[in-house]
Amino acid sequence: MARELTIRVLRYNPQDKNELRAYFQEYKIKEADSMTIYLALTQIRETMDAGLSFDFVCRAGICGSCAMMINGRPRLACRTLTKDLPQEIVLLPLPTFKLIKDLSVNTGEWMDAMSKRVESWIHSSKEIDISNIEEPIEPEVADAVFELDRCIECGCCVAGCGTKLIKEDFVGAVGLNRIARFECDPHDERDAEDYYELVGDDNGIFGCMTLLGCEDTCPKHLPLQNKIAYMRRKLATVKGS
Amino acid sequence: MKIKYCDALVIGGGLAGLRSAVAAAKKGLSTTVLSLVPVKRSHSAAAQGGMQASLGNAKMSEGDNEDVHFADTVKGSDWGCDQEVARMFVTTAPKAIRELASWGVPWTRIKKGNHEAVINTKRTTIFEEDNKHGLINSRDFGGTKKWRTCYTSDATGHTMLFAVANESLKLNVNIEDRKEAIALIHENNRCYGAVVRDLITGEIAAYVAKGTLIATGGYGRIFEITTNAVICEGIGTAIALETGVAKLGNMEAVQFHPTPLFPSGILLTEGCRGDGGVLRDKDGHRFMPDYEPEKKDLASRDVVSRRMVEHMRKGKGVESPYGTHLWLDISILGREHIEKNLRDVQEICEYFAGIDPADEGRKGWAPVHPMQHYSMGGIRTKPTGESQTLNGLFSAGEAACWDMHGFNRLGGNSVSETVVAGMIVGNYFADYCIANQVDIKTEVIEKFVFEKEAYMKELVSKDSGEDVFRIKNRMKKIMQEHVGIFRDGNGLLSAVTELEQLYIKSQNVAVKNKQLSANPELEEAYRVPMMLKVALCVAKGALDRTESRGAHTREDYPKRDDENWLKRTLTSWKDGNTMPTVEYEPLDIMKMEIPPGFRGYGAKGNLIENPLSAKRQLEVDHIKEEMESKEKDRYEIQDALMPFELQEEYKKRNVRLGD
Ligand SMILES: Cc1cc2nc3c(=O)[nH]c(=O)nc-3n(C[C@H](O)[C@H](O)[C@H](O)COP(=O)(O)OP(=O)(O)OC[C@H]3O[C@@H](n4cnc5c(N)ncnc54)[C@H](O)[C@@H]3O)c2cc1C
Ligand code: SF4
Ligand code: SF4
Ligand code: FES
Repeated sequence: MARELTIRVLRYNPQDKNELRAYFQEYKIKEADSMTIYLALTQIRETMDAGLSFDFVCRAGICGSCAMMINGRPRLACRTLTKDLPQEIVLLPLPTFKLIKDLSVNTGEWMDAMSKRVESWIHSSKEIDISNIEEPIEPEVADAVFELDRCIECGCCVAGCGTKLIKEDFVGAVGLNRIARFECDPHDERDAEDYYELVGDDNGIFGCMTLLGCEDTCPKHLPLQNKIAYMRRKLATVKGS
Repeated sequence: MKIKYCDALVIGGGLAGLRSAVAAAKKGLSTTVLSLVPVKRSHSAAAQGGMQASLGNAKMSEGDNEDVHFADTVKGSDWGCDQEVARMFVTTAPKAIRELASWGVPWTRIKKGNHEAVINTKRTTIFEEDNKHGLINSRDFGGTKKWRTCYTSDATGHTMLFAVANESLKLNVNIEDRKEAIALIHENNRCYGAVVRDLITGEIAAYVAKGTLIATGGYGRIFEITTNAVICEGIGTAIALETGVAKLGNMEAVQFHPTPLFPSGILLTEGCRGDGGVLRDKDGHRFMPDYEPEKKDLASRDVVSRRMVEHMRKGKGVESPYGTHLWLDISILGREHIEKNLRDVQEICEYFAGIDPADEGRKGWAPVHPMQHYSMGGIRTKPTGESQTLNGLFSAGEAACWDMHGFNRLGGNSVSETVVAGMIVGNYFADYCIANQVDIKTEVIEKFVFEKEAYMKELVSKDSGEDVFRIKNRMKKIMQEHVGIFRDGNGLLSAVTELEQLYIKSQNVAVKNKQLSANPELEEAYRVPMMLKVALCVAKGALDRTESRGAHTREDYPKRDDENWLKRTLTSWKDGNTMPTVEYEPLDIMKMEIPPGFRGYGAKGNLIENPLSAKRQLEVDHIKEEMESKEKDRYEIQDALMPFELQEEYKKRNVRLGD
């Protein structure tokens, strides 16, 4: 027998000046085989509540659009199967990001600022002749960079971070991972001192309380804990701090 | 009314849009990129398998060069492509990949020594020499003579997109996400920017620029089941169409991918078969060699998709509650290979099908079915990327019909096209923005903005009318049933007729939710009529094209008809009409470097030849012979056969190992 799911969604529209309070809205739908939260929400929008806002793009766990709090944990909604959840499902928007409406939050604005803050691009003084053979890179090194480059900026680590809740300007595991990624990329000429300039403070690498909320929630299973610890050790040696 | 000015306006922040924006920003132009979603979430992020570029580094890529890549691309297109554009493309692709490497894309690199690979289900050892160690590696893909597809595991699009997006941030490109272009501003056949709706506040503003470039990706979501992201609705294509001036090319050319996961439609990359995976039927039999003994599971996408449907029609499919499907078996590659090179594929199978594809035997087989995947058609442009009819409007990437894919795109050639076009077209576009000024009256701009503001108000004020979701779902069903892999006259005619009725209905939609801001239902209400226009261009183009070419397969006209159909379909839309206007643009055989011939699949006689093909072939042979006798090199011969223009920096010869 298919279950009847009760999906409780937090509703709030900051755009609407008349809507003063957030409230829960409850929807009851029949569970289908291999139903994901994406499928459930799409069905709700098409048949019950056309005004419900939420974000999906790839619906395949690749683009990072659909992170939300699912029964208390930040997760990618598109690849969360309802069968792995109890009959009652509570959905809240990702905390710490600016709310757009209902389940939709503005991760893009935050992530762009983060990228600029950690200067998330290759810093190189070399003139590259693109007609010529590329610089060889050790295969293991390329793989190691790739391991860290897999972050999809979904925001789960930020939402699951205690420090971020206290410190609004905390760069979060996502930003620290970026630093670690460029640190291990041979194309990038920055050194520890340069990185220190970017994140060598309490809003950066020294603000992290190593509570592991980030690594526990990262849907890409990035080795955030190790990398943050490694960068901290590395940056702690700069300027004797 | 808000008007924002910039030099260069790019609509769409996927790979094509962002790389074009980099080109503009590098030339010192103030550049704005608009996107429905944060740009790093664009559909380009989903590309898994890789990017074609003829580096010729790896053992299995030895001997690869522009000429081989060119021949594959032209054949792959079923001679529907613009060969000059294909030449521009193959010449620039190696530069694109090397540029991306320097921007930090962690391309999988070659390791010296012996490697195991699965080729034609057999374990084979490949030896890589010392001097290749650390250079960019490549894998096999369908329809290519050499292993040419460069990759980062199976997250290629993601790593490319992040690198290009970060490069744009570095250059201070003004990126505005959650902004949707809903109309183009134009006057006297020149484009001046777009009317843009803020998807959060609902505010409508004018973005006025010296030049405008559309890179909004494909229109797969007009079909019911597709591998495309939910934002691939073709609105960028539609706003070009709605100018009544710009034209769309080859809209009926729609690609179906052989191996999306069934029934969800989430793609399992062609890299699965490229790396040695095979298709199996309900008996576990590997059937592709029965149909295509030479290329087997790695025949071109259109061919494999058709063979799969054919095989299922013979009762060889696997029955399931959702319908019939076949199996994709990658377990033969071994767990180690899968966990390194096909990790996203593994995750997708685990999350969406509850299986581990590395499990040996039937247990690890993934259910697959061909589904809509890629839009070869799009905004018709010249080789510079500018619309042939609307000045100042450029297009690049999947949204464009630049036309290097013709009637079938090769896997790995699309993300490659997005960056290559971003480089080439991006430069032409930037030059246009430098050479031209904005000379349009404010009142003209206002007219466009007021019209859209009034339209939104009208949509939310109507109390009763059609349900937009019903119309949309019906459209998708029709496209799925009648404009799919196999098409015929009757089905297409009924599709066109009903789509037209739906389009008329869609103008009478009532929206239940009355907000003008952040309102998904309102978005549907103004998008669905645009999507229907795009769908009608596809269906009408398919109905009128009475032949089979590439991905366009007419069961009632099974032959490729070079005598009558070696031409590009152009569709445009006159304001107030309920049907597109269809015209044609001929392809000039006498200018082709590779005149039309047999593509290498199916029966040889399945072709109505154009007499000019033989004539041109003689000419080509003659030129080649003469030049070879004078010991001219391949570049000089190529130039004698089909000269093509390209920016000097990109036309430079690509250096390869052993040169
Ligand atoms: C699952 C999958 C896997 C693939 N794998 C491969 C592969 O391995 N190799 C390969 O070569 N190709 C692959 N492709 C194809 C390739 O990924 C796409 O063709 C390519 O990425 C398209 O890039 P683009 O820049 O043209 O558009 P997109 O990446 O689709 O970007 C479109 C942009 O336009 C924006 N936009 C859309 N409409 C509007 C509007 N009205 N206003 C403002 N902004 C708008 C969107 O927000 C987005 O930023 C794959 C495709 C799919 C579906
Ligand atoms: S380990 Fe650091 S970054 Fe991660 S959740 Fe804890 S405080 Fe945040
Ligand atoms: S590090 Fe992990 S959780 Fe954080 S944004 Fe990246 S993918 Fe998401
Ligand atoms: S929709 Fe892309 S990760 Fe969920």
